Amino acid sequence: MAQRSTPRRGGASGLRRGEAAAGWLFTAPVIAILGVFLLVPVLMALWVSMSDWAGRGSPLSGSVSFVGGENYSAVLADGGLATKDFGTALRNNAWYVLLVVPLQTALALFLAVLVNRAMLRGRGFFRTAYYFPSVTSSVAITVLWLFLFSASGAVNDVLSWFGINGPNWFNDPRGILQLLLGAFGVESGPGALTQSGALGISWWDWLAGPSVAMSAFILMAVFTTSGTFMLIFLAGLQNLGGDVDEAAMMDGANGWQRFWRITLPQLRPTLFTVLTLGLIGCWQVFDQIYTGTRGAPSKTTLTPAYLSYQTAFTNQEWGQGAAIAFILFLIIVVFTLLQRWVLRDKPVSRRRIRAYEVVGEGKSS
Amino acid sequence: MKLSPKKLTWQIVLYAVLIVLAVIYIYPFLVQVATSFKTDEEAASSGISLIPEVWSFAAYERLFARSDFPSWFVNSAIVTVFVTIGRVFFNSLAGYALARLRFRGRGVVFAALVAVMSVPTVVLLIPKFLVINQLGMFNSYAGMILPLLVDAAGVFIMKNFFESIPESVEEQARIDGAGTFRIFWSVVLPMATPALVTIVILSFQGSWNELSHFIVSTNDPALTTLTKGVASLASGQLSQGTQYPLKLAAALIMTIPVAVMFFVFQRRIMNSTEGAVKE
Repeated sequence: MAQRSTPRRGGASGLRRGEAAAGWLFTAPVIAILGVFLLVPVLMALWVSMSDWAGRGSPLSGSVSFVGGENYSAVLADGGLATKDFGTALRNNAWYVLLVVPLQTALALFLAVLVNRAMLRGRGFFRTAYYFPSVTSSVAITVLWLFLFSASGAVNDVLSWFGINGPNWFNDPRGILQLLLGAFGVESGPGALTQSGALGISWWDWLAGPSVAMSAFILMAVFTTSGTFMLIFLAGLQNLGGDVDEAAMMDGANGWQRFWRITLPQLRPTLFTVLTLGLIGCWQVFDQIYTGTRGAPSKTTLTPAYLSYQTAFTNQEWGQGAAIAFILFLIIVVFTLLQRWVLRDKPVSRRRIRAYEVVGEGKSS
Repeated sequence: MKLSPKKLTWQIVLYAVLIVLAVIYIYPFLVQVATSFKTDEEAASSGISLIPEVWSFAAYERLFARSDFPSWFVNSAIVTVFVTIGRVFFNSLAGYALARLRFRGRGVVFAALVAVMSVPTVVLLIPKFLVINQLGMFNSYAGMILPLLVDAAGVFIMKNFFESIPESVEEQARIDGAGTFRIFWSVVLPMATPALVTIVILSFQGSWNELSHFIVSTNDPALTTLTKGVASLASGQLSQGTQYPLKLAAALIMTIPVAVMFFVFQRRIMNSTEGAVKE
């Protein structure tokens, strides 16, 4: 961030007092609205997540009582339907994150590098084309996706050109990794994986991979977000000075080497931004599920965000719904911190330094 | 300029890749337009053709003459207009105060905004409903609009922009005896047009495309917005069978305002994304 220029004032304390009043007055609407519709709600929901409120009357009235961690343990530990649903939702969303984040980041970077070519004709057109899906609402794009991936839709038409009989995407609950194993004749998992598990889901089912239906959502996410992230990468690329790249070119590095050794390391802050935004966004899948499948088929597109909504608004289990929301919040925080830790600036190892010194000496001699 | 054969091959490959990708990105929208003019039977049987065998306007006729679609559109427009005006005004006021005015607690306000930005919106679904319900705003325009009226990210954009304007401009006005609000309103704000346009674009797009907030703040059919209405269409309301042309036409009309906005302000949108990241 640019360094803050502190205003210079000529003495008069009356003026400064006026300025302080104006400062509070100017920020008051923002503080008031964010306070009432963000801070207070979070506190209220925290209370609801530890209460037995059933949706009637005010959660702050005397008839509602404190139940401690009961809602949290129903979701995380009891092994009942609530736990099983949460486990399923977590499984679905984890696969979604695992596939969407790398795919959208790689595709966005690829698009940015292509479009960034200095000599490219029609640059504006390509940039616009790739960015356009990002402008549309998730509702509109989901409606379109339901059509494209319907049994006789455009996607299956294209697949049939190659002799592939496409699935009935949004109605197919089979996990794609299990499908793949099935192709090799493995129909059921080993006892070690089917007998035990976590959150009411066996390890075999954790490892099933995203369902075919979820895969269609995964492709949609990659399709709609790669344009936005392409723009961010483009900005990053344009901020890089060309001189390091030129020096490397003089030294005889080819395009591939220059990309991996020079461009990518310099893009690290941008990469960090893109991964963070991607990770946070991917754990919040809601609109698409609400519009498209409502968790069907066989709960394989259920996500924690949608489950939280459904538990509270449809099943009137407000405490559990709020508890799921807070657990989701925690998951997002943990993942962000984890990713920050993985991508931190690592000190250069001794071996590396020695390697550089050797190269340097070799050159100077 | 003559290219060596090897370079020429690379050029051809590059353009081929770019064009194939562009087709993949654009074709779905062309299919959408085409299908909205097809009959139900044709839409269900041929998913990929771009020219309808029989042109049918039934989907549009149904949407505009025999459904709640027009009222959804009006509701979305009302919310979008108020939210956009509110954000432009309140975000720039707060941004200016945080960039320029010195007051005790400014650091705290700033830190609180950063904290607010990091709260994921989906986590707020139940919380927002609780407060809106408690305040008696459920099923009202107030409940739909007020919570969206400011956004922390917009305050940041304005703050960063105001910091880039030289202070000498304000000094002159201050010497002339103008008050703080007057300096803000008639001197600084007009200079901030580029940032304001960014806020307009982001708020317009954000509130027009918003879904989850309206799900938790209303259940009255008279207050249904486009996003909520089209989502209900998708899950089968209004329709027997698949009725793809109807759904796709509704989604298409919903996309038009943001698409127009995008093409009008294209350059600005591309740059604003870049600007937001440079900081």
